[in-house]
Amino acid sequence: MANVIDDATIEYVGILAKLELSDEEREAAKKDMGRMLDYIDQLNELDTSGVEPMSHVLSVRNVFREDVVTNGDGREDTLSNAPEQKEDMFMVPKTFE
Amino acid sequence: MSILDCTAVELSEKIKSGECTAVEAMEAVFERIGEKEEAYHCYITADKDAALKRAGEVQKRIEAGELAGPLAGVPVAVKDNICTKGILTSCASKMLMNFVPPYSAAAVENLERAGAVLIGKANMDEFAMGSTTETSYYGATKNPADPGHVPGGSSGGSAAAVALSECFMALGSDTGGSIRQPASYCGVVGLKPTYGMVSRYGLIAYASSLDQIGPLTKNVADAAYLLEAVSSYDEKDSTSVKEADRDFTSALAEDVRGMRIGVPRDYFGEGLDADVKEAVLAAAGKFKEAGAVVEEFDLGMVEYAVPAYYTIATAEASSNLERFDGIKYGYRTKDFEGLHNMYKKTRSEGFGAEVKRRIMLGSFVLSSGYYDAYYLKALRTKALIKKAFDEAFAKYDLILGPVAPSTAPRLGESLSDPLKMYLGDIYTIAVNLAGLPGISVPCGKDKNGLPIGLQLIGDCFAEKKLIRAAYTYEKLTTAELK
Repeated sequence: MANVIDDATIEYVGILAKLELSDEEREAAKKDMGRMLDYIDQLNELDTSGVEPMSHVLSVRNVFREDVVTNGDGREDTLSNAPEQKEDMFMVPKTFE
Repeated sequence: MSILDCTAVELSEKIKSGECTAVEAMEAVFERIGEKEEAYHCYITADKDAALKRAGEVQKRIEAGELAGPLAGVPVAVKDNICTKGILTSCASKMLMNFVPPYSAAAVENLERAGAVLIGKANMDEFAMGSTTETSYYGATKNPADPGHVPGGSSGGSAAAVALSECFMALGSDTGGSIRQPASYCGVVGLKPTYGMVSRYGLIAYASSLDQIGPLTKNVADAAYLLEAVSSYDEKDSTSVKEADRDFTSALAEDVRGMRIGVPRDYFGEGLDADVKEAVLAAAGKFKEAGAVVEEFDLGMVEYAVPAYYTIATAEASSNLERFDGIKYGYRTKDFEGLHNMYKKTRSEGFGAEVKRRIMLGSFVLSSGYYDAYYLKALRTKALIKKAFDEAFAKYDLILGPVAPSTAPRLGESLSDPLKMYLGDIYTIAVNLAGLPGISVPCGKDKNGLPIGLQLIGDCFAEKKLIRAAYTYEKLTTAELK
């Protein structure tokens, strides 16, 4: 296949995606991604010069509204989903020494 | 006739006239769930006591005259990526195995306002990524016509629940065909609305520019009523459409005379099953007999939709799924060393193989050095696909074709070859890229008795044309398809 994904690329994508792959997953990912990119490469058959990239089909504009609380205090319900909480706060691992 | 044989609209009429109650309807649904669920597995969550309590409250409000709408009292299933306040919303993922939303999606609030009663949360592919409902962390759903086959996906639980009468109607979501394809495989009606017609507030995002919530129902009339109930302008969704004709049920009329229907030649080429081709072309013939002007044409760009989609959708997914970091909600790994290791281990353990595959591809196509070549190229392709549809809709009211190249595959056959599975989306995916509405209507069965779906595609905001054509077709064929 045309796209050969090497270990360094998978390592780099893993950092971007915040995923840690097992050796087996890593090999599968290299193969899968190479195959998908080969397939996606058929878009190169298309002449898209002068075509603007279209992110939305309908015209999308910024929508503004007043910043008003309408749903009351959901602190308890929100925090109850946290894997770890303490004194009304989300607990996170230490981020710097 | 069992109460379960009623359509949603028929059931609501019976409830309002006092012939039965919302509680009895819910009891009948749970009796059916008790009979079928072990073999078919349509639901991730279905709490009978809570559902009966909700039905009791709605019944009281119907009797008090507070609820009189066309769907009042009707039990509904909701796909598990649509947030329901106080009820587990897992996205069929280990990552959200304990996520109880503190709010409901706008579509769910609209359902409640209409008096529909939530049964539970329908099974799906994990984070709506898949075409078979086999990527669910909670196990696959089975096809109602043959449990050795998949129900399609990603809204497979919703579609199968409708087909098995484990609900009277259901909500699904469609990013690349995820309402229409399972509807086709299960022999029910599925409608993907124009982008922006139904609020995405509370729909857990997969690919935000393509995702849209829509109905899966027993017939076209129910689909029109359910869409009318959930479609609304919502200031909490910045892509919600404000000025639109949402009077969908007024289009339930038997009349396609003079309607111009285009049949793309490029939808009937290599890779299409003979049985599917025959059934869909026979449907085209029905429209002609009924007075529509049906002609073949070349749509173009068909083979480029799948590669463009899997670039755009995975790119958006890689960004949207960044939020699952083990801090605010959902799964967190048990053992870790420091913050970054916690992120990585949480995500690696919490996501399944297909989700990881798409996040990796999406991260790659957005990465420095590849962004222009892949992501922007796909967005330019999308513009060309939209242009091809614009040209088609200058000539035709609707486009008619198959939903999927084949009927439902056997369980276990699809996931080993992802690219092959992706190619099954060839007829549905361009509709999402172009933001168009599309509907799947049953149009026959293959030699093994598996359902075949007919797809009708309309221009943006042409839902009413879609509904009128689908309704007419259904009326013409109901007797012979039974």
